[in-house]
Amino acid sequence: MIVAITGIILILFVIGHLLGNLQIFIGPDWINAYSRHLHDLGPLLWLIRLFLLATVIVHIYVTIQLAIENRRARPERYIDRQYVKATFASRHMVMSGLIVLAFIIYHLAHFTVRVTDRRFGLLKPDPLERYDVYSMMVYGFQNYYVSSFYVLGLFLLALHLSHGSSSFFQSLGLNDRKLTPRLAVGGRIFAWLLFVGYTSIPVAILLGLIKPAQQL
Amino acid sequence: MNFRLRIWRQKNRQAHGKLVDYDVRDISPNTSFLEMLDILNENLLQRGEEPIAFDSDCREGICGTCSLTINGEAHGPDHPGAVCELYMRKFRDGATITIEPFRVGAFPIVKDLVIDRTALDRIVQAGGFISARAGSAPEANSIPVPKHDADLAMEAAACIGCGACAAACPNGSAMLFTSAKVSHLALLPQGHPERESRVLKMVQVMDAEGFGNCTNTYECEAVCPAEISASVIAKLNREYARAALQRGAGE
Repeated sequence: MIVAITGIILILFVIGHLLGNLQIFIGPDWINAYSRHLHDLGPLLWLIRLFLLATVIVHIYVTIQLAIENRRARPERYIDRQYVKATFASRHMVMSGLIVLAFIIYHLAHFTVRVTDRRFGLLKPDPLERYDVYSMMVYGFQNYYVSSFYVLGLFLLALHLSHGSSSFFQSLGLNDRKLTPRLAVGGRIFAWLLFVGYTSIPVAILLGLIKPAQQL
Repeated sequence: MNFRLRIWRQKNRQAHGKLVDYDVRDISPNTSFLEMLDILNENLLQRGEEPIAFDSDCREGICGTCSLTINGEAHGPDHPGAVCELYMRKFRDGATITIEPFRVGAFPIVKDLVIDRTALDRIVQAGGFISARAGSAPEANSIPVPKHDADLAMEAAACIGCGACAAACPNGSAMLFTSAKVSHLALLPQGHPERESRVLKMVQVMDAEGFGNCTNTYECEAVCPAEISASVIAKLNREYARAALQRGAGE
């Protein structure tokens, strides 16, 4: 139940974060203004960040504990094992989750703390004296290695959510026999839509559809 | 038909087990899986070897005693149905078939393919009962039960307690079993006096027995011979939350 509730919070964040990021397609003015708005929240922004951090920690702590109990529940493995219904995603939530965690840490270092790319410090403010998030994203994603790692991280996130985004209904008892298979399909569609939405940004940049607003 | 069987042999609870190969020949396609094992055991006895220990009782799918994992699937490849309802025509001639016990920490192996499933009995003892007036049966219509509730309760009550849900679960969780028992009684007015204490106690004992946790993979419902739907697990989650809230509020 704790896993389900923290999971919902994180899913809501992932949706909001995608909507924010997709503003890059509207133009530098929009996304730079969006970034400025977020930073102008000041202490509230930090409150939200701390809340999300706490949510992530609780989500991981509880699931790891559950995973350890689950391992102990079958001390001797099957020699031959066939799954009838359990999906790959549902059986590898810990693996996909931990790789997504590594991805999030890199992502924060990359775009939030900006310690992995020295060019981000050289960016000039945009005409309205705001930090040029638009150009930062473009320069960041122009690197093939960086973009591939993002796509990989997002792939595993989508895999994680293809199970997680319908699973929480069951954990909270918010379903019935007719609804469960529909939720499972809906959850998968939702997860892969997120994947398409997020990866559209690095892909568009690598294809040269989005160009930096300023030269370095 | 001829088969190569790879069967788990284990002397007792403490001993280390291993897969041992056996060949069975001239088996009719209409032989049941358990009859095929009977034939093998006859042959082993004639050769003076120790027969393979396995559980079975009614052999018509209603008692829940048979418990084999065949080619990695609890109760074998013919779902829904218990091992006793599985026939050799389901396999290819000349196939190699791996037979293991249900592997769950809470079901220790007694010998070969025989496991100790008393952990499930202890879950039921914790609350899977109703307090009823003993004596002659009451008038059938004295307690009205809505048809929909009666149907759902009946479906949950179909659980034969074989433990395949826990055996198939990637986490060794007995949630489907426990939730079937909880739902069955929670849906009926006769089960209402113990509705809260039942779910809390049964879940507590289930955890204490060392079963794993449900991660909603639904592998359990795929192998359940009684076709219990995993929606009863959602029902258990609702019942548990409700009971915990009521307890928390001092009721």
